[in-house]
Amino acid sequence: MTTSEKLVATKASVPSRVQKFNQRNRTNKIALALSLFAMCFGIFWLIWILWETIRLGISGLTLATLTQMTPPPNEIGGIANAIYGSFLMVLLATFVGTPIGIMAGIYLAEYETKSWLANTTRFVNDILLSAPSIVIGLFVYAVIVTRFKSFSGWAGVIALAMIAIPVVIRTTENMLQLVPAGLREAAYALGAPKWKVITKITLRAARAGVVTGLLLAVARISGETAPLLFTALNNQFWTSSLSEPMASLPVTIFKFAMSPYENWQQLAWAGVFLITVAVLGLNILARVITRSKN
Amino acid sequence: MLNNNQISKLSVQDLHFYYGKFHALKGINLEIPEKKVTAFIGPSGCGKSTLLRTFNRMFELYPEQRATGSIKLDGQDLLTSKEDVALIRAKIGMVFQKPTPFPMSIFDNVAFGVKLFENLNATDLEERVEWALRKAALWSEVKDKLNQSGSGLSGGQQQRLCIARGIAIKPEVLLLDEPCSALDPISTSKIEELITELKSDYTVLIVTHNMQQAARCSDYTAYMYLGDLIEFGATDELFFKPNRKETEDYITGRFG
Repeated sequence: MTTSEKLVATKASVPSRVQKFNQRNRTNKIALALSLFAMCFGIFWLIWILWETIRLGISGLTLATLTQMTPPPNEIGGIANAIYGSFLMVLLATFVGTPIGIMAGIYLAEYETKSWLANTTRFVNDILLSAPSIVIGLFVYAVIVTRFKSFSGWAGVIALAMIAIPVVIRTTENMLQLVPAGLREAAYALGAPKWKVITKITLRAARAGVVTGLLLAVARISGETAPLLFTALNNQFWTSSLSEPMASLPVTIFKFAMSPYENWQQLAWAGVFLITVAVLGLNILARVITRSKN
Repeated sequence: MLNNNQISKLSVQDLHFYYGKFHALKGINLEIPEKKVTAFIGPSGCGKSTLLRTFNRMFELYPEQRATGSIKLDGQDLLTSKEDVALIRAKIGMVFQKPTPFPMSIFDNVAFGVKLFENLNATDLEERVEWALRKAALWSEVKDKLNQSGSGLSGGQQQRLCIARGIAIKPEVLLLDEPCSALDPISTSKIEELITELKSDYTVLIVTHNMQQAARCSDYTAYMYLGDLIEFGATDELFFKPNRKETEDYITGRFG
């Protein structure tokens, strides 16, 4: 074999540039098709859920639904007490959970990033974050409800706050870590004390992300049923006292949807519709806030 | 070395610096003249930025970093000083490589540092902000949009905003850590002009990779290599007749 023949032989065994390009192009198209399929698969269920919710929910939605109390079977009524109960408990849980979550997040991101206490906190927080909500419900039942010998709105608030806090801690820590170190250094270089650097610079730079995490936590707890079953229980009547059992949308939906009574089922769908709209609204709001930042 | 009639502002003696176990500065001795521009040149990793960050004790933010030796500002030892580090940093301002506007309005960016140390009324504060922005040659470009966010400015404007923020608290020394490396030539020349003007009031230290920049705007130059100070002297002398072979190799590009 002459050298030129050898050269031709090696060239033939290596795929040409065009072949390589075509191969890459094919892989690219397959990947695109697969991701499109995955997206359609996800969207399909979401749209179906939304469609059913709207179809069945809107028909049950009347003025009475929003203004009257939960009725006995086959009588006219609404879910005003459940709406109010959900609203009040979620609001208070957010009120309790936000400062604790944000402060713990600040501690993890800005103060003790590597100490054993921080690592333990992070580990425990991760467990709490993924703990089934029914476990938290049972815990609050054992600690609060059995001690005070009564289901109460407060117990519900505590259970919801315990679910919201880990979410807020995690997002606050992550968002603060995303703030470039240069920004912190620049503030310290001016002689700013640590607390001022955190409140005025880093927290401010991470504001959009922290608020988004907060809204997502609110969205999460407004749909939780399990932790309320053992804590706030339910209430057929209007109550503004948090030391009494309190109605909430998820628990009412659970009870009404499983019942054989048609008016209860219709009210359950109206409740589902309201929760879905609220959660969707919170998610969109979170999106808008993050986008306006960029 | 310094002329006899030149007052020393910062005096560095036997300064060693460690990143954990890595010995980054190996016994630096240096007198930095007052109200002059001193440039630090040298290849990447030679310790020039590290040296700059010891002057305002920036390294203390990171527990694994430490410095030994002494750095005296007008005779006061900065490393062992009992004085709050915030007060030291108020005397020694710093501008970083990447512009870092705070997430607030242009006005608040400049006022932030001032409010830390002084209780000025609204008029005085406005005057101070205007003064700093004028000094940083940015006033004419931002005077109509002081309430807009600082991050909306161009890179060069942001860097001048950071300089304005640094001088607004009236420091005595200004540390510039490669302030032009992220900027285009026009912004760079504006900042170089600014540096030349600033030396009438401040002692300026600048780290730069650009030797023309060091030659253009500094009075004294220090050449560093692998944690050692190889040569220090008046910029004209160091660039035109360096004493050391290593310095000559580096500035003529024969290095490495």
